Amino acid sequence: MGQKRQIRVGSQWLYPDEAQKALSEALRVMKEEGHEGEHHQGFISKYIFSTDHKWIGVQYGFTALCFLMFGFTLMLLMRWQLAFPSKPIPGFIAQFLSDANAPGGIMLPEFYNQLGAMHGTIMVFLGIVPLAVGAFGNYLVPLQIGAPDMAFPKLNMASYWLYAIGGVLMLFSFTLPGGAANSGWTSYPPLSIIATQGQNMWLLGMVFLITSSLLGSVNFIVTIIQLRAKGMTFMRMPFFVWAQLVTSFLLLLAFPPLEAAAVMQFMDRVMDTSFFMPSGLVISGRVLEIAGGGNPLLWQHLFWFLAHPEVYVLILPAMGIVAEVIANNTRKPLWGYRSLVFATIFLGFMSFVVWAHHMFLTGMGTVINAFFQTTTMIISIPSVIILTALIISLWGGSIRFNTPMLFALAFLPMFGIGGLTGLPLGLAAADIHLHDTYYVIGHFHYVVAPGTIFAMFAGIYYWFPKVTGKMLNEKLGKLHFVGSIIFINGVFFPMFIQGLAGVSRRLYDGGAQYAHAQPVLHWNLFMSVSAWLLLAAQLPFIVNFFWSIFKGARATSNPWQATTLEWAATTSPPLAHGNFAEMPVVHRGPYEYSVPGYETRDFLPQHESGEGQPPAVVTPAVLPLGA
Amino acid sequence: MELEIPYTVRPRPDTGLYNGKLGIWLFLASEVMLFGALFSSLVLLRSSAPDWPKGADILNVPLATLNTFVLIASSVTVVLAWANLRLGDFKWGRIWLGVTLACGFGFMIIKAIEYGTKFSHQQFPGTNNFFATYYMMTGLHGLHVIGGMIVFAYLIGPGAKMWKEKPNQYTNRVEITGLYWHFVDLVWIFLFPILYLL
Repeated sequence: MGQKRQIRVGSQWLYPDEAQKALSEALRVMKEEGHEGEHHQGFISKYIFSTDHKWIGVQYGFTALCFLMFGFTLMLLMRWQLAFPSKPIPGFIAQFLSDANAPGGIMLPEFYNQLGAMHGTIMVFLGIVPLAVGAFGNYLVPLQIGAPDMAFPKLNMASYWLYAIGGVLMLFSFTLPGGAANSGWTSYPPLSIIATQGQNMWLLGMVFLITSSLLGSVNFIVTIIQLRAKGMTFMRMPFFVWAQLVTSFLLLLAFPPLEAAAVMQFMDRVMDTSFFMPSGLVISGRVLEIAGGGNPLLWQHLFWFLAHPEVYVLILPAMGIVAEVIANNTRKPLWGYRSLVFATIFLGFMSFVVWAHHMFLTGMGTVINAFFQTTTMIISIPSVIILTALIISLWGGSIRFNTPMLFALAFLPMFGIGGLTGLPLGLAAADIHLHDTYYVIGHFHYVVAPGTIFAMFAGIYYWFPKVTGKMLNEKLGKLHFVGSIIFINGVFFPMFIQGLAGVSRRLYDGGAQYAHAQPVLHWNLFMSVSAWLLLAAQLPFIVNFFWSIFKGARATSNPWQATTLEWAATTSPPLAHGNFAEMPVVHRGPYEYSVPGYETRDFLPQHESGEGQPPAVVTPAVLPLGA
Repeated sequence: MELEIPYTVRPRPDTGLYNGKLGIWLFLASEVMLFGALFSSLVLLRSSAPDWPKGADILNVPLATLNTFVLIASSVTVVLAWANLRLGDFKWGRIWLGVTLACGFGFMIIKAIEYGTKFSHQQFPGTNNFFATYYMMTGLHGLHVIGGMIVFAYLIGPGAKMWKEKPNQYTNRVEITGLYWHFVDLVWIFLFPILYLL
């Protein structure tokens, strides 16, 4: 029985063949860099209008993280108003807000509405989707399937820049008279149609973001179907790639109806059409002079036809990341890979037929309600399968509790809370009480914030060495994790309590005027303080992120001893262009950890030949050292 | 350094498609969802309206019929262009592309005449929901026609240089644009009876 002996290379302990690979890859990079020097690439084409999927992924990631921070800040301002209704915001923050928004530091209701609408829009469309799909998908999918790049590199660049323009338009809308969009991230008419100019900018921005997503999703699907390396059959793809594939189909097919709806709402606002405007609408005591005859519910149908699949766009890549991190750190194969894949595909299909469970309160009628609550109950089955498979994957593993794994583990119960609290909302009878209360906010934030965002953090800690060639600091990472998990629960758990007590989620003063809200009102301060502390808990991450880029410990090509191609077949970071010095050939599934009978190491990379056998030993003499 | 992406020109053996062709089919799937949403909206608005004008009473059916034939003809000519290119005949391929582009122009001119008459009769998108859907759907369809025309103009003009070095890739581009063009045609074939006749 071979001993798993390790040798020290630099600051890392490595298995002999691992050290071998690090050496040969270093030589390869050296050679490649010399080669690159001859093809001098301009700064602009390399860093700004890049067509390299890795750099586009980094662009997406950085932009999306900035937007996440910005969206988070908007919410922190709202939490001040909720904790201390109509008290002046502290001076050092109030000076950033103009008199039109917060005269004397006291936030106006109109401004509060802008913050709410833009928090939702920015977090979903400019933060999480670009991070989950644009950044992680772009960077990892081609690497994990053994492709030289995305199928359409120029289209990929166009996707990023359309997203950037959409983001700038959204930010710019804050400077318009009347401020940014203020009709909620759902933009329900008729309110959104009579709203201030910011709504036009919101619609325009959305058209750019939707177009970006459409181009991106075409690119992802074609890449995954066409550019898989030799031997990378569909059932050998890492689960993350499957998650991205299904996500792309959701984006491809769910977004166009919202694009259509955005065009119609834009026409309602600019050309005085009445797609969503009913007849005889009276505003401020005057009958609106429009043709009328439109249907406000039509918007809700078109919007939620996108926005429910969008929920799965937010969660599926997160599940993909968590699956990769869990398999790697339990050192054993994922439990039920096939059921995970089929559950994901089924989830994708079902997500198109549940949208109207967001509309139980609109009076659609009991027949339609019954249909949608049935499909909603059905869609919980694949979600439970996925979560169960991930939990059982932990069974019997010798788990490595590093930072990515901590975040991935925290994802499981957090997503569990988010998912289970969703069940009462899927049943029309219970939903009538809970809809429009803080319960709903608590529910979907548990899915998206400690769920998806924690998975994103797991992904960042896990793949940071791949992107930068440096490790993130573990101590700061754990500090980040502990702070985040405590305070994020402090923010969102009391929302269930308030929601069950019937506190409406749209109140500018957090419910202070309502008698029934009084017994639970004290939670507002608790939640707000938790939110501000949550900001403080992100500081170790921000410091760690930038410090590690420059001063972090050097990572080897495969610091986590992983099996998938992005680690096993390339250096960290990968070569400038084309990803692989030689195209990998795939011999086995993605999670061959602790293979019985293979004692040299506890992992068997996908691209190494020899079924269950140790790879052929390459003697150092073969290397062109000094040649 | 020009990066070589596999299967840009030749089909991948196990899928039988080259990248662009799969890409355009996926794009068309999303377009189906876009126009599907618009048609569903039309159905919903119309079914809930107390009275809805009959298209044939207000809209110019003969002109639209002519337009239908123009667009169907252009679908034939784009296939002829592709077939000629496949056979290696660049000259005729380009000529048929030109004819297709001309048909696109013809369609848009007829459309402009139609719009002009409506405007002169004070019939605007805001007049009622019939005109709102009419302008929105024909307008979006018209934008798709213009998009296709821009690509054809590129393929006839500056894009034609590609024929000399990469004839197969050029032919593929024409095929992809043709697929898109057929889709635009197909949308019109649905729009015409639903808006003008029913």
